[in-house]
Amino acid sequence: MSSHWPILVATRIVRLAFLLAAVAVVAFTLAKLSPVDPVNAYLGPAIAKVGPEQRELIARKWGLDQPATVQFGKWFHNVLSGDLGTSRTFNAPVADVLAKRVQASLPLMGMAWLLSGILGFTLGVVAGARPDTWTDRIIRTYAYVLASTPTFWLAIVLLVVFSVGLSLTPVCCAAPIGVLPEDVTLLERLHHLILPLIALTVLGVAQITLHTRAKMVEIMQSDFALYARAQGASLADVAVRHGARNAALPAITVLFASLGELFGGSILTEQVFAYPGLGQAAVQAGISGDVPLLLAVALCLTLVVSVGNTIADILYRVVDPRIGAVHDLEARP
Amino acid sequence: MTDAALTRPVTGVPVRRNKRIATIAATCAGASGIAVVVVGSLAFGNFGIEPDFSARLLPPSLAHWFGTDQFGHDMFARTIHGLKLSLWVGVVAATLSTLIAVGLAILATTCGRWADILVSFLVDAAMGLPHLVLLILISFALGGGTHAVIVAVAVTHWPRLTRILRAEILQIRHAEFVIASRQFGKSWWYVGQHHFLPHLVPQMLVGLVLLFPHAILHEAGLTFIGFGIEPTKPAIGILLSDSMRYLTAGKWWLGLFPGLSLVLLVLCFDAIGNGLRLLADPRQAQT
Repeated sequence: MSSHWPILVATRIVRLAFLLAAVAVVAFTLAKLSPVDPVNAYLGPAIAKVGPEQRELIARKWGLDQPATVQFGKWFHNVLSGDLGTSRTFNAPVADVLAKRVQASLPLMGMAWLLSGILGFTLGVVAGARPDTWTDRIIRTYAYVLASTPTFWLAIVLLVVFSVGLSLTPVCCAAPIGVLPEDVTLLERLHHLILPLIALTVLGVAQITLHTRAKMVEIMQSDFALYARAQGASLADVAVRHGARNAALPAITVLFASLGELFGGSILTEQVFAYPGLGQAAVQAGISGDVPLLLAVALCLTLVVSVGNTIADILYRVVDPRIGAVHDLEARP
Repeated sequence: MTDAALTRPVTGVPVRRNKRIATIAATCAGASGIAVVVVGSLAFGNFGIEPDFSARLLPPSLAHWFGTDQFGHDMFARTIHGLKLSLWVGVVAATLSTLIAVGLAILATTCGRWADILVSFLVDAAMGLPHLVLLILISFALGGGTHAVIVAVAVTHWPRLTRILRAEILQIRHAEFVIASRQFGKSWWYVGQHHFLPHLVPQMLVGLVLLFPHAILHEAGLTFIGFGIEPTKPAIGILLSDSMRYLTAGKWWLGLFPGLSLVLLVLCFDAIGNGLRLLADPRQAQT
């Protein structure tokens, strides 16, 4: 059993490399297909002042006159050697923009991820411990409704209630307007973080809750739970010692697999709160035709999400060796 | 499972009421919600599209249930129009997505090992990318607009259904009734028609309906951040992103109602999808 773990991990890593290469090709092709002309996008309003010769000069300087395959080769080579290019919208190297944006997004996404995991797991355990009671019904309804709620709308509602109605929280951005970045205190940062964080967390909860609940219901009906009850253990005792323990690892795998949703949610939430994070950079890059930044964000997010999925996949097998066995059967019919 | 499993239901689980009727009722409620949207949008016609500058930014009242926006559009009519647009995008995108899923599942299960590996890789790749980033890229490549949203949503939503259908086909192929049928000399064509299709059609239908909510929500999100449906059309995403400018001025109704209606529409589809799934699946037999 233990002998094929290195092989499994190795195949996953090779797969990951293939996946990233495939994404790079697809993303580049899509960006090339776009009707947005990079020279026009760069010039913006100055377009009227530039003659055709100068445009050609810019195109040649950027290598736009060469065939797409050559362009891709150059770009891919540069990316592999760590040079992601220059962002035109932010007028800075893409790597710098990314680093700055990740710095703003990481606390938001990381905390939302952890909080939604903890909250979702707790709710799932509580609901699953006593299925078909009122607590269970309320939690289940909450999770179902949340799963159908658009992230950005929830963010808008929070904004209306807490920022506009009650004036408890700021309306936008990651720091007070008109204050130098180095003067912003930690408290102010948290104050600006809180609403986006709530919006992201509340939405992330739904899936984890439903998964944990299903698992808990299954465990509470198992023979060992019945036996523990027969021995006189209380329901809470069984739920925590047998239920929560067994449901924890599946919940963690779901949490890792939900990274993609989290990023999608953060793009929308950051847009609503004008929070200067990675998601907002992606939107801006897309709207203003900033191809290098858009590609870099796509690759960066793919890397994180795929690593998350790979971890989830490997964890699944650690938790339940039967999954590996079933997979082998399917692969060789 | 042994005797313990069989005797367990006696341990104090109350006898449930007829669940099947409840499921059918929920499904019908979902369907009527969707019918209201379609009929309402037809009935409103151009109402909500034409501006009325005498009634700008009015709060909700009996005359304007959802209030009015900065051009005096009735928000209720606009929301219904938006929901119909969402429905339209959802129907086309989900159908295309289901077709892709069916095609890939058949390819994976009938064209040998390499085809199977390729399809699994494609599924993993599509699931590995964050949906919204892929949606932005595709929409960017096609230059935005309604058709770009439809393509983008259709191209990103097939992986889960492909997985389900592939597993289902593999399971049926090794089922004893299929092996027996083959050994009686029936052709694959006959077996496909008489043994595979009856199992696959319900799965496909349910998959199609359950794709709707995802498709609609992603369309709204994509439109909201400016990569989707043209700003001139009353899509829900457009209504909400327009409302952003007036929210800080206290015009809360512009943001609240369109989103709430979208949630209700999605819940309608969920109700139908889950209802169909429960009704079609003999293993979930409800008495």
